[in-house]
Amino acid sequence: MIRVELPAHLRTLAKTGKMVELEVDGTATQRAVLDALEATYPMLRGTIRDHVTQKRRPFVRFYACQEDLSHESPDAPLPDAVVSGVEPFLIVGAIAGG
Amino acid sequence: MIGVRVLVGTRKGAFILTSDAERKEWDVSGPHFAGWEIYHLKGSPVNPNRIYASQSSGWFGQTMQRSDDGGKTWEPVGNQFTYEGNPGTHMWYDGTQHPWEFKRVWHLEPSLTDPDTVYAGAEDAALFRSTDGGQSWHELAGLREAKGHLWQPGAGGMCLHTIILDPVDPNRIFVAISAAGAFRSDDGGTSWQPINRGLRVDYELPDKASDVGHCVHNIAMHPSRPNTLFMQKHWDVMRTDNAGDSWEEVSGNLPSDFGFPIVVHAHEPETIYVVPIKSDSEHFPPDGKLRVYRSRSGGHEWEALTNGLPQSDCYVNILRDAMSIDRLDQCGIYFGTTGGQVYASSDGGDSWRAIVRDLPAVASIEVQTL
Repeated sequence: MIRVELPAHLRTLAKTGKMVELEVDGTATQRAVLDALEATYPMLRGTIRDHVTQKRRPFVRFYACQEDLSHESPDAPLPDAVVSGVEPFLIVGAIAGG
Repeated sequence: MIGVRVLVGTRKGAFILTSDAERKEWDVSGPHFAGWEIYHLKGSPVNPNRIYASQSSGWFGQTMQRSDDGGKTWEPVGNQFTYEGNPGTHMWYDGTQHPWEFKRVWHLEPSLTDPDTVYAGAEDAALFRSTDGGQSWHELAGLREAKGHLWQPGAGGMCLHTIILDPVDPNRIFVAISAAGAFRSDDGGTSWQPINRGLRVDYELPDKASDVGHCVHNIAMHPSRPNTLFMQKHWDVMRTDNAGDSWEEVSGNLPSDFGFPIVVHAHEPETIYVVPIKSDSEHFPPDGKLRVYRSRSGGHEWEALTNGLPQSDCYVNILRDAMSIDRLDQCGIYFGTTGGQVYASSDGGDSWRAIVRDLPAVASIEVQTL
């Protein structure tokens, strides 16, 4: 069971809490986690990554285990601590303003 | 009739203001979608409890919401807006060509006959239609064939902001785009033609006879006269009486012919309203006085409506979709400001008062007469 923490605006959009738990088949990667997330919460399609290109939206970031995974390959395996559910996979709205 | 429901889109959420037919006491509901930009909400004329909302965010992009209970509860619907085929490029600010990129939905126009059909005007400019209550969206791509490669963004982006469905001819649709101009389809949205003949462009376009490239800010129609349209252009207030085949200027004695919204009285098809703004470089009312101007003669002759509006030190703007009317016997006029006020008149504009004063900047106002 992988735990995913959503930013506040996406929690209200998906009508769910801060943390969601997902079953991911096969190797747990960013792509697999986001596929599972969007399958459970279809209203999140297009809000984290582009509908067509599947690229991460510019002001969305991914973190886990105190590391910025935003620029990792979407097909790279996630850290073991995320796969085992010890650590959450964080989806974060970038601090952007002034 | 039992009253009115005012749908307010703001920079930080949606608000719903309701009142009975007296329009003296108001209930304010919201914020709905707190923190999200709500460019526009509009209800179905067939089923007023069906309301569509365009919700967007710089972080999370475009989402769409639908309510089936008059705005009490909402459900997300489809948010995939994909241009048909290869959309190619359009003109960029510097005259080079730039790829078409979807950014957001500016305006929603529910069908006059089917609550499941709704049109969406997008940036970069395109018209989308859903026939399943907003679950899926398909572009009416023939619009871009009306010289789309020559369209250019206005300062606010290249947005399709006005959609008018002809109440008599179901195949006729009007749209307006900044800064491309006005367009008309006579075949249900399959093919389109520019309808910009007569728009003056002395300081806007190198080719004064160009049929696209015009900065149209808003268009309004009275349903009893579908061939007559009133336009607030970047500069100039215009009218046509032949469905856009030709336009004439009716700015008359306005203190400034720059502005954004324009509306038509519910029961007097020659009575129109604008809010003059000083200029495109100073987006606020002339002399710090917030004045709605009314013409009872379809233009040319205008009177200032000031009773209840601030007449000193007022420097707000009124955006293109932020003015609307109700259809009660005594027609109500409503507008919202970038300062967060929503003003209402229940006597055709003779007197005004603020329903609310401190909302986030208002992007849009739509009124449902219930």
